[in-house]
Amino acid sequence: MAVDISSHPLIEFRTVTKVYGSGEAEVRALAGVDLLVERGAFVAIMGPSGSGKSTAMNIMGCLDVPSSGEYLFQGVPTRELDQDERALLRRHMLGFVFQGFNLLARTTAIENVALPLIYRGMPEDERRRRSLHALEQVGLADRAQHTPAKLSGGQQQRVAIARAIVTSPIVLLADEPTGNLDTSISREIMNIITRLNRDEGLTVIMVTHEEDIAAYARRVIRFVDGKIESDRQQEPAGVL
Amino acid sequence: MFSETLKLAAQAILRNPMRSSLTVLGIVIGVAAVIAMVTIGNGTTAKVTAELGKLGSNMLFVMPGQFGPGRASTQAKSFTSRDVSVVRNQIAGIRAVAPVAQSSATIIFGGESRSSSVVGTTADYLIVRSWQVVAGRGFLEAEERGSAVCMIGDTIKTELFGSTDALGQRIRVGKISCEVIGVLSKKGQSGMGTDQDDTVIVPLRAFQRRIAGNSDIGTIMVAARDGVSTTKVQGDLERLMRERRRITAGEDDDFSVNDMTQIAETMSGTTTILTGLLGAVAAVSLLVGGIGIMNIMLVSVTERTREIGIRLAIGALERQVLTQFLVEATVLALFGGIVGILLGLGLAYAVGVYLDVPFVTSPAIILVAFAFSALIGTGFGYFPARQAARLNPIEALRHE
Repeated sequence: MAVDISSHPLIEFRTVTKVYGSGEAEVRALAGVDLLVERGAFVAIMGPSGSGKSTAMNIMGCLDVPSSGEYLFQGVPTRELDQDERALLRRHMLGFVFQGFNLLARTTAIENVALPLIYRGMPEDERRRRSLHALEQVGLADRAQHTPAKLSGGQQQRVAIARAIVTSPIVLLADEPTGNLDTSISREIMNIITRLNRDEGLTVIMVTHEEDIAAYARRVIRFVDGKIESDRQQEPAGVL
Repeated sequence: MFSETLKLAAQAILRNPMRSSLTVLGIVIGVAAVIAMVTIGNGTTAKVTAELGKLGSNMLFVMPGQFGPGRASTQAKSFTSRDVSVVRNQIAGIRAVAPVAQSSATIIFGGESRSSSVVGTTADYLIVRSWQVVAGRGFLEAEERGSAVCMIGDTIKTELFGSTDALGQRIRVGKISCEVIGVLSKKGQSGMGTDQDDTVIVPLRAFQRRIAGNSDIGTIMVAARDGVSTTKVQGDLERLMRERRRITAGEDDDFSVNDMTQIAETMSGTTTILTGLLGAVAAVSLLVGGIGIMNIMLVSVTERTREIGIRLAIGALERQVLTQFLVEATVLALFGGIVGILLGLGLAYAVGVYLDVPFVTSPAIILVAFAFSALIGTGFGYFPARQAARLNPIEALRHE
């Protein structure tokens, strides 16, 4: 990857399409999308279900590949990466937060957080230190030894955020991070994410269908029928 | 990295104690059942063979009629004392020859009585059977002409005399009263399960005249000398008896000459069938155990598929996930296999002690049972995981 990363946009879509199925059952989830996301951005992707917003997000996260078009991550065409290289890119550059939390059951919070570090081959002491630090960042250091079953939904999502940021990624990809949470808990989660973006310079790309959640972002991209309908900058509703 | 994988696998096993223990249980039951049953079967075979061996391996039995599968014994005529002396004089390489006439009779001493086996024979009988006199003496030549004397087996001694001295006492054997001159060493059960020590031995003449009332000899027992081939002696005996019983060429023998190995083979043939049967039952348990393992593994696929999705999303390589699952399945299978082997051997040992059957393990069976379970455990732990790891992480995460 002999590419000068600073001269390239962080995320670049060049007429990206994604087609699921074939023939009669063919679904065009993305129909030629062009998109640039710069470092440090806080982007909310909105749109009705089936509009392609989650597909776009999965492609950004290298969890899925475009059917045609080009996705460049820091100027590197991801099409040329094989499965293992995409996994390595996820491991080193990206952090994920899902609607369903997706923590390992019967596994303590700190062990869940430490999981990505294990795959990096980090020694146990350092894993522990960094995991604890990540838990502190989401305000859950005192729950380190709890298993998901003993944590509330909001706490579980905070553990998931800690797991996403423990590797110090460049981008945090959040797919409906507050979809399963009530309003006050959602606000708490969004405050954490806003703070990570503002204070740590973490680029955040978040899929949501709730306007008040999108309000935390500085840029809102709306998808309809696999295309970008609007792309606006806004003053974030960020809190302290 | 591998030690981390091992640790991850160990964590996954310990965090799902139910799933893990059910998997292990399936393997344990399968392996233990096969090993226990086959070991007990082997032990039984070994025991029967050993018991028959006790009778003496260089011993030949000449009996009137034909024995063996599918042959009813005919009304062939018995042997005579003349046959016995001809055998003794004309067959080379024999150590001792003993005529045997046998029946059962009520033995009475004091207030005690029991129904026992009575053998009429000569002093050579003890040599042929390798039986020792532990108290008193054997028959004198003069006594063999028909004196009312007897030697008694260990069971008779214990049952009728207890700790008191039997020598010189007179016991009633059927219609005659005879003096106990010798007590024999303990011989235990025969291969056919009869108590060989529940026997009174009287001189052949006395038996024929006073108990049987005829001069028939039922069996001639021949002991070959050490180093002499019993097969050769057997052939010589067959030729001699055909001649003496005037059997023409082409006519079937009306007697049989068998050695212990032939009798042992018939017997162990039976126990081999038994071992086979036990083995079949055990194979079914192994199969059932295997199906149990499959079920547990397949039931947990949903949960595991999500887990695989999570691991892949946070940057695990497919092969790292697969290695973890493979290690997990292998550890469970190995653990289950080892516990199964120990349990199976322990069970076989306990049953062996209870049934007085020796403990004969078969490494081949242990290996087969272990390999089979390990294969099922590993296979069914690994292949669903491989399917899941090939999914796009997103699909794996959505797996319901």
